[in-house]
Amino acid sequence: MRIHCPHCGERSLDEFSYLGDAVVRPDPASPNAQEAFYTYGYERSNVAGPMQELWYHAAGCHAWLVVTRDTRTHEILEVKSAHEVALARQKVAGTAQ
Amino acid sequence: MPRSDRYSIFSVFLEGLRGQTGWGPAWRKASPKPSYDVVIVGGGGHGLATAYYLAKRYGLTNVAVVEKGWIGSGNVGRNTTIVRSNYLLPGNIPFYETSMKLWEGLEQDLNYNAMVSQRGVLNLYHSDAQRDAYARRGNAMRLHGIDAELLDREAVRSMYPWLNYDSARFPIQGGLLQRRGGTVRHDAVAWGYARGADRLGVDIIENAEVTGFRLDNGKITGVETTRGFIGAKKVGLAVAGNSSRVAAMAGLTLPIESHVLQAFVSEGIKPLIDGVVTFGAGHFYVSQSDKGGLVFGGDIDGYNTYAQRGNLPVVEDVLEGGMALMPRIGRVRLLRSWGGIMDMSMDGSPIIDRTPTQGLYFNGGWCYGGFKATPASGLCFAHLIARDEPHEVARAYRLDRFRTGHMIDEKGMGNQPNLH
Repeated sequence: MRIHCPHCGERSLDEFSYLGDAVVRPDPASPNAQEAFYTYGYERSNVAGPMQELWYHAAGCHAWLVVTRDTRTHEILEVKSAHEVALARQKVAGTAQ
Repeated sequence: MPRSDRYSIFSVFLEGLRGQTGWGPAWRKASPKPSYDVVIVGGGGHGLATAYYLAKRYGLTNVAVVEKGWIGSGNVGRNTTIVRSNYLLPGNIPFYETSMKLWEGLEQDLNYNAMVSQRGVLNLYHSDAQRDAYARRGNAMRLHGIDAELLDREAVRSMYPWLNYDSARFPIQGGLLQRRGGTVRHDAVAWGYARGADRLGVDIIENAEVTGFRLDNGKITGVETTRGFIGAKKVGLAVAGNSSRVAAMAGLTLPIESHVLQAFVSEGIKPLIDGVVTFGAGHFYVSQSDKGGLVFGGDIDGYNTYAQRGNLPVVEDVLEGGMALMPRIGRVRLLRSWGGIMDMSMDGSPIIDRTPTQGLYFNGGWCYGGFKATPASGLCFAHLIARDEPHEVARAYRLDRFRTGHMIDEKGMGNQPNLH
């Protein structure tokens, strides 16, 4: 498995470390925050198929990446900078308001 | 019933004289009946052990085990065969010791040679802090009546004189030894339990993949399989590796991630290692099979996966650990490597519990330690299904412990499954 870092190009897996499912952290100020944080912290959808996940390019540019990868085949379908993904999500949330 | 149904020296002798004509198959190829009292999903070690103890100890013989492939085709045939009960926490110690005791009597109980070999499990330590942690673990074990010995460097040297004691970075200072630990022939565990369960009337239904559950008012009434619907009053899931996928069919989200653990075997060599040795400063543990191959492994790859294969960085890491600990294996050739899918739970400990669906029971989250747990897992799961209450040594393995804060976290890593 090799990951194509948007900043550094295609690099070996051992340059990266894995955090997990790229789910969005719940809002601590929301009324159901306790339940939402339980789900966020302990329950996993554990997808068999394409999954969005957070990888850190530790031995490279130190960027956090959102990698879409098929957990059945290890095929990497898309790599984006986590910063861009977060900005895009904010934009969507902003439009929704 | 075949003439020589019970294995013994006499039956071997008798069949030798009679041209080996009296042996029958170890278990029947059962076809599904319309319904059962209990259906166990998953024909691996845990599922077969559960069916065996349901019939043997709890008197439930109208039981089926449904398996998507052939029995023992999953992790029970893919592990590194180590058994031990060297745990630290109160929720784990009595459970794993129950398992150890069942291993000790397994072959007589099953009338099957599972090659249980109590050759000793030695965990090496390489620093003062690690020695203290191992002393604590050993003391916890001894307080529970389990054997544990803290060895110094010279005692380890007398057992394994050829390890690398003078590594500048990770010198061996000693080890924690559990002499009753060892190895068991993994395939024979599946076959022995299958044969034992079959003799007690359990139907083992292979090539039947579960595709859904049938419910009536929140109560389970059976399982949909690729070989048709099978009715059941109670259904037990023992499908570690694929727990999330199967539980999702019942609308359940689990505190589990699937990860791959790789294992390796070398070409056969002359006897070198007569026990199990683990490197305390890296990810490497090794034993030698009776065929002569060095069987070894390390840590999980660390990313979610359902593919039964891993990647090269972990291969490199494991082999580096092996070379750091025992440089003389450097010229031994690797025969093969493979991967198995682990249910990694949020605290590194398993789950044996009821589910919110009435009549549906769950057994999973074994992380990379499921093999050694096989007998106790089967016994406790059978107890839970038969009595509808947890076995006393498995009370801590609750599904809701993450919500209530009663985690059993041996490594203290929190909810990051790839660190357990």
